[in-house]
Amino acid sequence: MAEINSSSPYAHNPQNVTGVMLAVVYALIPATLAYVWLFGPGVLLNIGIAAVFALSAEATILAWRGAPVRPALSDGSALVTALLLGLALPPLSPWWLTTVGILFAIIIAKQLYGGLGFNPFNPAMVGYVALLISFPVEMTTWLAPESLRSGELGFGAMLSYVFTGNLPVGLTLDSITAATPLDEMKTQLSLGQTVNEIRSASPLFAQFGGTGWQVINGLFLLGGLWLLARRVITWHAPVGLLGMLFLLAGFFHFFDAGQYPGPVFHIASGGVLLGAFFIATDPTSGATSNKGRLVFGAGAGALIYLIRTFGGFPDAVAFSVLLMNMAAPTIDYYTQPRVYGHIRKD
Amino acid sequence: MSRQLSNFPGGLHLPGHKELSVGEAVAAAEIPNRLIIPLHQHIGAAAEPLVEAGQKVLKGEMLAKAKGFVSAAVHASSSGTILAIEDRPVAHPSGLPALCIVLETDGEDVWCERHPVEDYHSLDPSALRNIIRDAGIVGLGGAGFPAYIKLNPGARTAVDTLILNGAECEPYITCDDRLMRERADEIIAGARIMRHALQASKSLIAIEDNKPEAIASVREALERLDIDDIEVVEVPTRYPMGGEKQLIKVVTGKEVPSQGLPLDIGVVCHNVATAAAVHRSVELGEPLISRIVTLTGGVERPRNLEVRIGTPIEELLPQAGGLSANVERLIVGGPMMGFTLQHREAPVVKTVNCILAATREMDASRGPVRPCIRCGACAEACPVSLLPQQLYWYARAKDFDKVQDYNLFDCIECGCCAYVCPSNLPLVQFYRFAKTEIWSQEREKKASDLARERHEFRTARIEREKAERAARMARKKAAVKGDQGTGDNAKKDAIKAAMERAKAKKEGAGTQPKNTEDLTKEQRRKLAEAKARREKALKDQAPNGASGGKEEK
Repeated sequence: MAEINSSSPYAHNPQNVTGVMLAVVYALIPATLAYVWLFGPGVLLNIGIAAVFALSAEATILAWRGAPVRPALSDGSALVTALLLGLALPPLSPWWLTTVGILFAIIIAKQLYGGLGFNPFNPAMVGYVALLISFPVEMTTWLAPESLRSGELGFGAMLSYVFTGNLPVGLTLDSITAATPLDEMKTQLSLGQTVNEIRSASPLFAQFGGTGWQVINGLFLLGGLWLLARRVITWHAPVGLLGMLFLLAGFFHFFDAGQYPGPVFHIASGGVLLGAFFIATDPTSGATSNKGRLVFGAGAGALIYLIRTFGGFPDAVAFSVLLMNMAAPTIDYYTQPRVYGHIRKD
Repeated sequence: MSRQLSNFPGGLHLPGHKELSVGEAVAAAEIPNRLIIPLHQHIGAAAEPLVEAGQKVLKGEMLAKAKGFVSAAVHASSSGTILAIEDRPVAHPSGLPALCIVLETDGEDVWCERHPVEDYHSLDPSALRNIIRDAGIVGLGGAGFPAYIKLNPGARTAVDTLILNGAECEPYITCDDRLMRERADEIIAGARIMRHALQASKSLIAIEDNKPEAIASVREALERLDIDDIEVVEVPTRYPMGGEKQLIKVVTGKEVPSQGLPLDIGVVCHNVATAAAVHRSVELGEPLISRIVTLTGGVERPRNLEVRIGTPIEELLPQAGGLSANVERLIVGGPMMGFTLQHREAPVVKTVNCILAATREMDASRGPVRPCIRCGACAEACPVSLLPQQLYWYARAKDFDKVQDYNLFDCIECGCCAYVCPSNLPLVQFYRFAKTEIWSQEREKKASDLARERHEFRTARIEREKAERAARMARKKAAVKGDQGTGDNAKKDAIKAAMERAKAKKEGAGTQPKNTEDLTKEQRRKLAEAKARREKALKDQAPNGASGGKEEK
């Protein structure tokens, strides 16, 4: 670019978009490995399929739009979307489910708006919600942690199921899948059980969240903290989200511990930690100032709790983030800092 | 010193690179064979030449005087002969040539007669300001605003604090650091004169804490001279600490109002080098004919040189050992706010504090310009709390109203936003573009307003003259008629009848009633249609109405 240095400043720090995106990818690696270790390599198939289709869809649309393909592909943003969607989908999703989701995310939610930086909604979450609404059965068929399965699911069987939809003879879906801890909690609560009864009755539950899940979520937290330390993200959106969720869950739990699971369970379960550190922190679709990010996070945290507790879905990270995406321009407008030398913000 | 320091938002900890040249004591640069002294080295009007080609001048002689209020004189930096007054390339971002006085030096370097002031206390502030004005002193920190104006608070404001800016926050530049280390006495003497001129109640020297030697040197001089009314304030090293507004905020806790002046809050800020120059002008009678320039970056021997104003920059480079092979450009000023030098034969002027030979390696950015991802790093870095991202969108969309709503004109162009932008967007360039566009629009509007006013005035004048003429004619006619007496009634009636006929004819030709003129085409068309219908209904002549309708379209 000839124009970049034609006027001051002539110096620049080493940060660039690719670096930011790659840092996000690195931060997700530990949790992904734990996922593989606890649930088998299904999640890698999700990520792989999503990555291939994300990059090819992005390249196709860019070429179609007559935009330069290489710089856009090398920014790593499509890869991050693929990784996030791959991690959010059930680890034994049929290939077409992943494909439809990622195509929706990249083509509709990102490129049709103008590509990187122009999308008002987080593409991975748009893809996820589109699938959740269109294919509720596939989207709620969750693989149980390996330790809790009655059937043995090898890698070959997994491949076969993902690409053909067939399981080997003698293996049924029921023997390898289970409800997610949040789903189980919601169902049993509606049947009149108390939180303590539910948590002690099912091996799905562990000390913080779900068996297996809590490890993965712990590693999302770790990856998020690493991003914070690297200053790739700021603390505002995660603290807003986790803080609000903690407050609301704590409040209800304090008054009726039998009906309302505690704040730690809420935070350690489902997509909260992934959402707090990797999705609510998406710069493009989130609020842009630090104060705004705090508000954005808090709003998402409140929505997660409200939808989980009083809504029809067991988890609500994607919905909450998308709803807050809509509010982001308004939040930005009302959280403008006071400019130097001005009495009040205007 | 236990002064409570305030803070400004944003800012950057930049790699300083000051070690390249900071160890080099100030040395005198060679006298060039030819000095090229621009008439416009400051903010305001260009100076007005007092000399002509062929004239011999002595060092320190005034070559051109300040023209108008905001202007500054220029002086001969050495003795010699004026060769020409002509357009020459100058150190300006535009690269355009400007009027310069070309002086061939004689190598004698003979001073003109100087008039040092024995005791500045005996002079009143306005007399001091005149000396400073005639010495051609402008802000030496880079902006080049005539210093005497900033020493003239006027009757309305009392000056509380005089701040001498020794922050020198831009990377690479070390001229002020060296000045503070080597000539602290001059700075202090200048500060006292400035304080007298301003009648300020407090004065202090602010220095970034990455210059401990400079701080120690100034403190030592204050102690030695037994001066306890000037405070040395150590400020944190953070770019742009040396920005006037930022420094004032940090030191006093007060903010300069938007579109206002430091004086509005009782503060006046001058560069330390300006203070030293004030001292030399008043107490030694020496006008501003040289300054310290840092030559650094990709040169073999980075240095700080005392350079005569008008020395061609290309003649300084060999004195710093010449350029390294990988130098891409020469920057006047620092890497954050400087500009690319387009002509190396351009001279050093009063505002040139640094010549930075920039190499590709200095710029750590990698990769192409990408779309904004709204990461907000720019807003976090902005020392004025602007939203650089929004400014960028609106500047790019040429929405100049919106860009002003987001306070474009509070931007100090420090470059922090562009420095941190992960998409490598040339943000400051967009702001400069928007600012110049808005300025030019305003100029155009002013010009068109003026043109319209003139046109309206002319039309009114013509109308008035016509009316006056008609009145005169009527008076004359009446007088003539009065002479003739009341005779020819038949003739009078005939004229009256003819006039009425003419009037009727004129109306019949379809003259527009005035109240439809400012209607839209659509409304006029409907009006015409209605008229046509009405006329048809009255069984009048159809072609008349139709032609009227056509005309109205």
